[in-house]
Amino acid sequence: MDTTEPAFFETNGPGTGGVVGLPLDRVDGFAKVTGQAKYSAEYKLPGLTYGVLRTSEIARGKIQSIDTTAAAKEPGVIAILTHLNLPKLAKTPNDAEGKKAIGAPMGFLPLTSDQIHYAGQPVALVVADTYDRAVHAATLVRVQYATEKPIVSFLDPKAQLFDPLKVQDGKTPGHTKRGNAQEAFAAAPVQLTATYEHAINHHNPMEPGATTAVWEAADRLTVYESTQGVTRTQKALSTMLGLPTEQVRVITKYLGGGFGCKGSSWPHTILTVQAAKAVGRPVRLSLTRPQMFTGMGHREDQHQTLKLGATKDGKLTALIHEKTSTTSPWDNYAEPNSRIINLLYACPTFESTYQLARANVMTSTFTRAPGEAPGSFAIECSMDDLAYQLGIDPLQIRLLNYADKDPTNGKPWSSKSLKQCYARGAELFGWSKRNPKAGMTRQGRYLIGWGMATASYPVHNNQGTARVRLYADGHAVVQTGATDLGTGTYTVMTQVAADSLGIAPDKVRFELGDTQLPTAPNSGGSVAAGTVSSSIYMAAQDVWQKLTKLAVQDSKSPLYRAKAADVVVEKGRLMLKTDKTKGEDFMALMKRAEMADIEGMGNGKYGAGYETGRAAGPADSGHQDDKGGHSMHSFGAHFCEVRVDPEVGTVRVTRWVSVHAAGRILNAKTARSQIIGGSIFGIGAALMEETFRDPNLARYTNASLGEYHIPVNADIPDMTVEFIEEHDPYINAMGVKGIGEISMVGVSAAVANAIFHATGKRIRSLPITPDKVMNSLAV
Amino acid sequence: MNNFSYTPAATAKEAIGIRKDKKDAAYIAGGTTLLDLMKANVEQHPQLVDINMLPFKGIQETTDGLRIGSMERMSDVGENALVVQQYPVISEALLLSASPQLRNMASIGGNLLQRTRCGYFRDPAFPCNKRNPGSGCPAQQGDNRNLAILGTSEACIATNPGDLAVALVALDAVVTLENAKGKQRRVPLLDFHLLPGTTPQRETVIEPDELIVAVTVPAAAHARKSHYVKVRDRASYAFALVSAAVGLDVQGGQIRSARIALGGVGTKPWRAQEAEKLLIGKPATEENFRAAAAAAVRGAQPREHNRFKVEMVQKTVVQALQELMA
Repeated sequence: MDTTEPAFFETNGPGTGGVVGLPLDRVDGFAKVTGQAKYSAEYKLPGLTYGVLRTSEIARGKIQSIDTTAAAKEPGVIAILTHLNLPKLAKTPNDAEGKKAIGAPMGFLPLTSDQIHYAGQPVALVVADTYDRAVHAATLVRVQYATEKPIVSFLDPKAQLFDPLKVQDGKTPGHTKRGNAQEAFAAAPVQLTATYEHAINHHNPMEPGATTAVWEAADRLTVYESTQGVTRTQKALSTMLGLPTEQVRVITKYLGGGFGCKGSSWPHTILTVQAAKAVGRPVRLSLTRPQMFTGMGHREDQHQTLKLGATKDGKLTALIHEKTSTTSPWDNYAEPNSRIINLLYACPTFESTYQLARANVMTSTFTRAPGEAPGSFAIECSMDDLAYQLGIDPLQIRLLNYADKDPTNGKPWSSKSLKQCYARGAELFGWSKRNPKAGMTRQGRYLIGWGMATASYPVHNNQGTARVRLYADGHAVVQTGATDLGTGTYTVMTQVAADSLGIAPDKVRFELGDTQLPTAPNSGGSVAAGTVSSSIYMAAQDVWQKLTKLAVQDSKSPLYRAKAADVVVEKGRLMLKTDKTKGEDFMALMKRAEMADIEGMGNGKYGAGYETGRAAGPADSGHQDDKGGHSMHSFGAHFCEVRVDPEVGTVRVTRWVSVHAAGRILNAKTARSQIIGGSIFGIGAALMEETFRDPNLARYTNASLGEYHIPVNADIPDMTVEFIEEHDPYINAMGVKGIGEISMVGVSAAVANAIFHATGKRIRSLPITPDKVMNSLAV
Repeated sequence: MNNFSYTPAATAKEAIGIRKDKKDAAYIAGGTTLLDLMKANVEQHPQLVDINMLPFKGIQETTDGLRIGSMERMSDVGENALVVQQYPVISEALLLSASPQLRNMASIGGNLLQRTRCGYFRDPAFPCNKRNPGSGCPAQQGDNRNLAILGTSEACIATNPGDLAVALVALDAVVTLENAKGKQRRVPLLDFHLLPGTTPQRETVIEPDELIVAVTVPAAAHARKSHYVKVRDRASYAFALVSAAVGLDVQGGQIRSARIALGGVGTKPWRAQEAEKLLIGKPATEENFRAAAAAAVRGAQPREHNRFKVEMVQKTVVQALQELMA
């Protein structure tokens, strides 16, 4: 390791009295339950107006005429924006260059042309003095369309499949080969081929997308935005507006969830900004729940065909993965499913291809564990099939194919505790008592089944900065432009700052969510916990270096004339490494020097950039995960018990165990909640989440939380979650891998495998609703 | 949503008077369906008449059965001791409906009038013969997984979504209506809801100047021994894929009377009288239950995505009858 940075765990081991890792209550909990925490649509600003989107009824065609006369006459209506009068933008995502410069998730901005490409596309934005008046006026806008027959999905007979060079905005190649998988498969004594289907899923965070836009001056903008990344939003808006970056300020103090749909800047944000410009007053716009289905992307509908070749002993020899999915008229988006299939097991050959078809749908986007979630469904169900076919325990088949190094590049793992996760999970679940035969365990009228699956998620390359201001009276303000999705960033960063500075957590004020603060990456791809915590730790190190320098030059200090390199800091006390009785605490030193406060800046690198000691590029520059000497991933295992009603096909998850190894765990309580939340998210995808589209009109038919089912409390049993603690020195200064994404990986496979064990029938189509189970059991 | 006026009414006469005077006015009780539909712009009412203060209250034992005032709340009726003990199918159906918050608000009268969950009806961007007569029914060739297989027409296949109405129709409940002149009439619930036919916009026989006063249910052995089973996509807070309300009077090993009604499958709360007849005079065996269940779905017309309901509802009927006898 050629980094000079000290590892955090050297200063915060057991018995040091540190708070990192402890199950601290949320520092923002009180503000949230008392309503003091302000979300982006809750800022009461002088002169505030309200924007409401009117969206397209049809999925494809052209606006022939748009009549705003009646709406404009309504009391309180201030302006109505359409494609005819939207203030001109310096750049739009409507061409490839513009899309890239903006970092837009979608190569089309509504209200810039008369073309309709998808149902729910915004066609007008009505601004009024109250929300209710805007809502009403929006219904009075009259739109005449020239309607064309839409293409509904990749399954539409009119859809044209094509082989993209790259998918996911150029991040993933459309075709990957390692060895000769076709030959190996053809020669394999055991061959399995299966096709897996995944429904359209929508993120549906509790807080919808929301923007409050305020033009402070003709060329200076402040936006309160519900986003997972203030910096990315700032870049998108400033580029579209043609303003210097620093003249656009983006603030996100609290988020009510995101799950990926708030990872990019979607049309409603810039449209709200333009509306505020047009009316010369602040505008607040919040997407309605139905608009959340056509406003911020989704997980695309997809089929995966997985061919698996193995020896008769159950050792993998070939994996061939083909994914076919729907994308929008402009973009080549597909979740990178192949990544986890290539990586999870020791298999000498691999090949993957992506096929896309354009349809009248908005561009899909990252949805919790993008690629890994549906990809793990395919590989982990097929591994289960292999186990049953060969009469090997499903856990054993995974151990048989355990990858001791990264099979994609031959690199050693920075750390991998998957075997421990398997062992501990199996022990907690009682896996050894499993009936090896499927369909054989009854409990009254029900069939009982046990299933398990592996989870993994990469440590992506990223970096961010933080500022620490330590005061002589013993408190600190710690700042970085990160965001907290509601999962505990405020809390865990307070803990990290407290230990880094040797003060109590209640002496730390941690601030985030503002582009005026040091730059942090998007909270996405599980990069936030590791990057932000490391940047805070490094900023604290900067403070200690400055104070050490001060002490050794201060004739009144016990450390006077000591070598800086010989000084260590523990719990806020600077002292000689060789004689710890010689030293003083920072408050005494600063008071003597009449310093009220001292600032430190830190850059936290995450992933390969940390290991190589090289810059990871600016935050959000993309992934260069392969640059380091190690392959960096978190791992885990889920164990699931289901109860199936064999008559009507209902499935209930009755027991759940998740064990994960993801480096240092910053807070036992918030981490457990993360894993529970991700597992429930996955159980939803496994058993009930599906957005339906009309097969002729290409419009969603269940765009509401009444009919788009997500799990309720009654669907979820008590869940057991544990972590295998890891000390990984390669990934970042804090040794943190992040757990937001991995919590969902493998979940749907664990449920599907449990259903197979219960019934002896394999269902490869998500969600596994009662009708599918009942039909699978029909004699 | 449109602008509307709101007027609370103290008496039935006053309420009906206000509503009659203003075209497209609507009564509001719990508002749990109405406000959703207004927000979605499915219904536009310039005037709402609040009837929550009307004296249509009480859950009482009468000489020949049970009387429930139309303004009683779902939760109160579902938890009422008389209902729980003497009419368990009603209590079970209510407590398997919606969520506790909704049940605390929703009235019994409003529940009987709740409108379909058909996604085409609830989104004004779609054609829908029920919402906009003559515009068409894309559900026939579209996403019809949740829609009806019994009582459908070329014009409409929307499912009646209720649980309570299924239980009530099984027990021969009668709806009492009152008009502007204070005149009351009694309509069997079986005849209260209409088949869609060519006029799916007409859902019940209630006249514009009428209000639901109460629902009465005759006491019977098959009411005391009754049961509701609901199958849905998640464990709670979801409409039925299929459901069954059943009641049996079994004496000396023979079924003397039987009641079977189906939910989630009909364009109205679906009473299966042919199935009931098959059970009379027979022993309560699984074989007989299966035969009755098969009769209950005779004539079903499933579409592409709701074919599963034909089998699922039969199994649900059998399960309900078996659990009743267990």
